[in-house]
Amino acid sequence: MKRPIYLDYAATTPVDPRVIEKMTECLSMDGNFGNPASRSHSYGWHAEQAVETARKQVADLINADPREIVWTSGATESDNLAIKGAAHFYGKKGKHIITSKIEHKAVLDTCRQLEREGYEVTYLDPQTNGIVTADQVKSAIREDTIVVSIMHVNNEIGTINDIAAIGELTREKKIIFHVDAAQSAGKIEIDMQAMKVDLLSLSAHKVYGPKGMGALYVRRKPRIRLEAQMHGGGHERGMRSGTLPTHQIVGMGEAFRIAKEEMVEENQRLLTLRQRLWDGLVSLEEVHINGDPELRVSGNLNVSLAFVEGESLLMALKDVAVSSGSACTSASLEPSYVLRALGLADELAHSSIRFAIGRFTTEEDVDRVVETTRIGVKKLRELSPLWDMFKDGIDLSTVEWAAH
Amino acid sequence: MAYSDKVLDHYENPRNVGAMDSEEESVGTGMVGAPACGDVMRLQIKVSDDGIIEDAKFKTYGCGSAIASSSLVTEWVKGKTLDEATEIKNTAIAEELALPPVKIHCSVLAEDAIKAAVNDYKKKQGSEES
Repeated sequence: MKRPIYLDYAATTPVDPRVIEKMTECLSMDGNFGNPASRSHSYGWHAEQAVETARKQVADLINADPREIVWTSGATESDNLAIKGAAHFYGKKGKHIITSKIEHKAVLDTCRQLEREGYEVTYLDPQTNGIVTADQVKSAIREDTIVVSIMHVNNEIGTINDIAAIGELTREKKIIFHVDAAQSAGKIEIDMQAMKVDLLSLSAHKVYGPKGMGALYVRRKPRIRLEAQMHGGGHERGMRSGTLPTHQIVGMGEAFRIAKEEMVEENQRLLTLRQRLWDGLVSLEEVHINGDPELRVSGNLNVSLAFVEGESLLMALKDVAVSSGSACTSASLEPSYVLRALGLADELAHSSIRFAIGRFTTEEDVDRVVETTRIGVKKLRELSPLWDMFKDGIDLSTVEWAAH
Repeated sequence: MAYSDKVLDHYENPRNVGAMDSEEESVGTGMVGAPACGDVMRLQIKVSDDGIIEDAKFKTYGCGSAIASSSLVTEWVKGKTLDEATEIKNTAIAEELALPPVKIHCSVLAEDAIKAAVNDYKKKQGSEES
């Protein structure tokens, strides 16, 4: 059976073959399998060497010092360590945290937990284009604000926040600034020498590295302190204990090395493909881009195909692997909280599809997806009473619906 | 999420898609659901002089299970009297289509659509008599 075309690169990416090769060298008896913490023999030393090479590769992508990289199991753990770690360490200074409503659940749920512990959290609404501005952060800052956590790139709509501008504000007020960069690393430039970001979460598997691997950047100047969440052997300067998974770390390192080398070229290619995809879809009537059309990463196209429900469209796109912002599969029947926060009309929020293209997407893939989508949308609009009403010139917002 | 073969069949080949003139005396129209909830069904029935549903049409905005549920009831109501049609239970629809628990609301909506269409027809007849 032919597998669906994969256009869900924002969910995860396949591991690059070059990365796999490096990883497999760190597993077997003949390979570099030692415990990097073993000090008494060469197995340990070699493993440590590989880990430190990878640490430099990860640091290089974001123009940081390798000593500022702490290995974790992924961006979720990095978000937890950063936000809880900073909130707990600096909790005596204040109990106020600022974040946004469109953060990843790893940030939002961590903030909820801190609320239960007595912290107070302000959740900023994004602008209708999906951007959280420095001005919004500025007006939310209080005397007792200790942490600001704003994502660099949103996972659903791909929009890019101006974290450099937010960093200027937080540094001036001596507030810890955490950024979830899971969706931006390797896609847009991150310069930790220039950006006044204190903590930055990174993920390997969004950048063609392995799942279960991530890192947290922890700034040294000015020095940021964290309360550890994982206690044990005191690895990673006490911030995150646990035996280092050499193969995973080496995989992340190689993935980030490749990303740094190929990012500019890859972005050009992805932009061309995305334009091709958009050109193919736009002539269907009532197609809307969700999130700012310009301030977004090159691989993301999140569109609402009005009057077509997202899940039924996914059925029509059964030969394409994409995500819908509509979570009709859950019992709650709620559309995506991200699209909700943008203030999208209900019928648009329920009609969204996220196309996320990536390293292995081809022109033929895009053409086939365009064709399938066009056929599906036309069929479903034929079936849609809302489309009929729209064509009859009825404004759906004026209709009294029997909500159930 | 895996769909049953019957849901897929109705989704791929929906039965009785279309619209009737809702102004017509013999036509009852039921529109249920809301865009905010992610599904809207419009079911229309054409009733003969002796009270038999002789035709049914639907259009649905919603997930595959919602489309399948409404497609199925257009088949089921045809040839039935109004009373027989309103006796169709959502549980029977859910069972026939093997709907998973999170999709039961689709069958409930389809049942509501039948009742709404029958009520609309009866209202028309009632206002005509009076």
